[in-house]
Amino acid sequence: MNTFKIGGVHPEPNKLSAGKKIETLALPNQAVFPLSQHIGAPAVPCVQKGDQVLVGTRIADAGGFMSSPIHSSVSGKVSRIDSVVDASGFRKPAIFIDVDGDEWEPDIDRTDTLALLCTLSREEILDRIRNAGVVGMGGACFPTHVKLSPPKDCNIDVLIVNAVECEPYLTSDHMLMLEHSDEIIVGVRILLKVLGIDRAVIGIEENKADAIQLMQSKTSMVSGIEIMPLKMKYPQGGEKQLIEAVTGRQVPPPPALPANVGCVVQNVGTVFAVYEAVQKKKPLIERIVTVTGKSVKNPCNLKVRLGTPVSQLIEYAGGMPEDTGKLISGGPMMGRPLLDDKAPVVKGTSGILMIPEADAVRRAERNCIRCAKCVQACPMGLEPYLLATASEAGDWATAEENWIMSCIECGCCQSTCPSRRPLLDWVRLAKNRVGGIIRARNTKK
Amino acid sequence: MSFLLTAVLVLGLTGLLLGLVLYAVSRKFKVEEDPRVGQITELLPGANCGGCGFPGCAAFAEACVKSESMDGIKCSVCKSEVMQQIAAITGHAVEVGVAKVAVVRCAGSCANRPRINLYDGAKSCAAAALMNGGETGCFFGCLGCGDCVRACKFDAIHMNPETGIPVVEQDKCTACGACAKACPRMIIELRNKNKLDRRVFVSCVNKDKGPVAKKACSVACIGCGKCVKACPFEAITLDSNLAYIDFEKCRLCRKCVDECPQHTIQAVNFPPKKMASPSESQQQVPASENSVEQLKAEI
Repeated sequence: MNTFKIGGVHPEPNKLSAGKKIETLALPNQAVFPLSQHIGAPAVPCVQKGDQVLVGTRIADAGGFMSSPIHSSVSGKVSRIDSVVDASGFRKPAIFIDVDGDEWEPDIDRTDTLALLCTLSREEILDRIRNAGVVGMGGACFPTHVKLSPPKDCNIDVLIVNAVECEPYLTSDHMLMLEHSDEIIVGVRILLKVLGIDRAVIGIEENKADAIQLMQSKTSMVSGIEIMPLKMKYPQGGEKQLIEAVTGRQVPPPPALPANVGCVVQNVGTVFAVYEAVQKKKPLIERIVTVTGKSVKNPCNLKVRLGTPVSQLIEYAGGMPEDTGKLISGGPMMGRPLLDDKAPVVKGTSGILMIPEADAVRRAERNCIRCAKCVQACPMGLEPYLLATASEAGDWATAEENWIMSCIECGCCQSTCPSRRPLLDWVRLAKNRVGGIIRARNTKK
Repeated sequence: MSFLLTAVLVLGLTGLLLGLVLYAVSRKFKVEEDPRVGQITELLPGANCGGCGFPGCAAFAEACVKSESMDGIKCSVCKSEVMQQIAAITGHAVEVGVAKVAVVRCAGSCANRPRINLYDGAKSCAAAALMNGGETGCFFGCLGCGDCVRACKFDAIHMNPETGIPVVEQDKCTACGACAKACPRMIIELRNKNKLDRRVFVSCVNKDKGPVAKKACSVACIGCGKCVKACPFEAITLDSNLAYIDFEKCRLCRKCVDECPQHTIQAVNFPPKKMASPSESQQQVPASENSVEQLKAEI
């Protein structure tokens, strides 16, 4: 069975909500849409206070090529355009909509029938994907239309669908595959058409045997789509790790892209969103969110309208357990702590995780003992202890020389550190600074 | 015996020969250094704080000697007499700058600004500032990890363990600006020292709208603009819900201090306006607060 070659860790899977059917969450009273839900320029509001909107109405336009529009997931009235503390932990501008009924834009196809045939041209499909505001649903929220328009000099020969879901606890992609396998296959074929290639590989980690079996049986008659079971190892779902596991190719350090080695990677949730956008004209207005945690009463997978406050999801899962020490948006390895349970669900919210206090609080850090466990664990082959020390000393040049920009912030180093050093915090800081220095240097040129 | 003699002779001759070579080389390639550089370096504090913008005191001294005039070249740490001495050495006129001091523009102590969550990551303000908005509802205020304390080369800034806010020791502060550069929230500002170290400043950098700021911190600037109206010298401006006092225009009249409903504007090192009974001031003034509170209590 394939996997990436160096580094990686084996956190406890804790897939508490595996096998729980996707349930639909009720509409919120007020939906909040932060304008910055994706990587790139924030969206620009195109509605004003007092405007009536329907489900699927575009409320903010893309703020550039590297950006994505935002659509209302509810029908009602725009109550204000203000700021909200979102999942990023910062106060950001957002559109607030008071919910009133559930009226949809008339041209959205709301039926469940599978639309197999896609007669649109490549440009038309890309246009629909862009206009539907589809972004990478794995958590990074990279605008999908940008990924589907690789540089001209890159020879793409394989589409890799990321259905690995290597983050512990999360099960949203797993359940999506079990319940919407046909739609995903249509989505893959649409993406193949856009890219003009005929080979797709769906990478699934071996712990999702039922999904592997189902997808294999569905694709056995379809040519060009291959299901590849992968070994369980975190961060198998990292773009570069997945490319290595599936094709054996290594992506060179930044600024090289996966496209440089002929690969385009899309999350399975994104593929489903592409299907809905192209075949059903439905913009990205809802997503599957796993609500889970060791002491959560009813861990579940919910189909949630974007903009719903996180507190409503928690309530559905049986309320926040009393011993909760940390509330995380995303998985335990790469997720971000939430400051406020009023934060809205955004395009990249793959899970809501409540960690008991005993597991959440970091214990006191000690000195580095040079055991090199972090070096062993780093899937990018970096030396996290060195990068962290350089960052602590403000030595950005050393950090840059030692390839800090290759770090994917997976957190393997920090999770293995016996001295419990906050390696990732320091690396993130240095990455931020070095990134700034590189950008300044490039603009000077 | 002869082998001993050979050894001494060989080594002695080699030494002599190499010595001569070294002497010749050192004469031939002698680096001429301006003696003034050494003199100026002697005068400088030698902390290599970088406040002047040059990489250390030696580089600063070299820049003093090499440049045509002293415009923009100033050691922020040196007193004006030292700068005059440097000017005498280089022969260029030096402008005497106004003495400045670092001012911490945040009063969000634990009592004023309730902690709503806990940050237990890397002990660095810069890292904490990247993570999220911080431990309180105020996303602009002091993070309390002490990057400014670590940046100070003169031991002039310390964390107050009670308030969690750094305190500048004005006698030690040399206004090199290292703390202001280190602060990711840009709370610390270099302001004019003024006569008797008297200062009036807005002790807040929160740009949120009034209600949000007030909810987060009881002494936050809510951008009401009362101080702007009260100021007779047009020294106060209001920008994105935050008042700012221009220290060049401020004449220390303290009218704004009385006007501020949030007690955000602080006046330090002023004598109390009226003498009040000690028991009263004890009762109303928290120990950590500055003279604004005292004045308020005593009026």
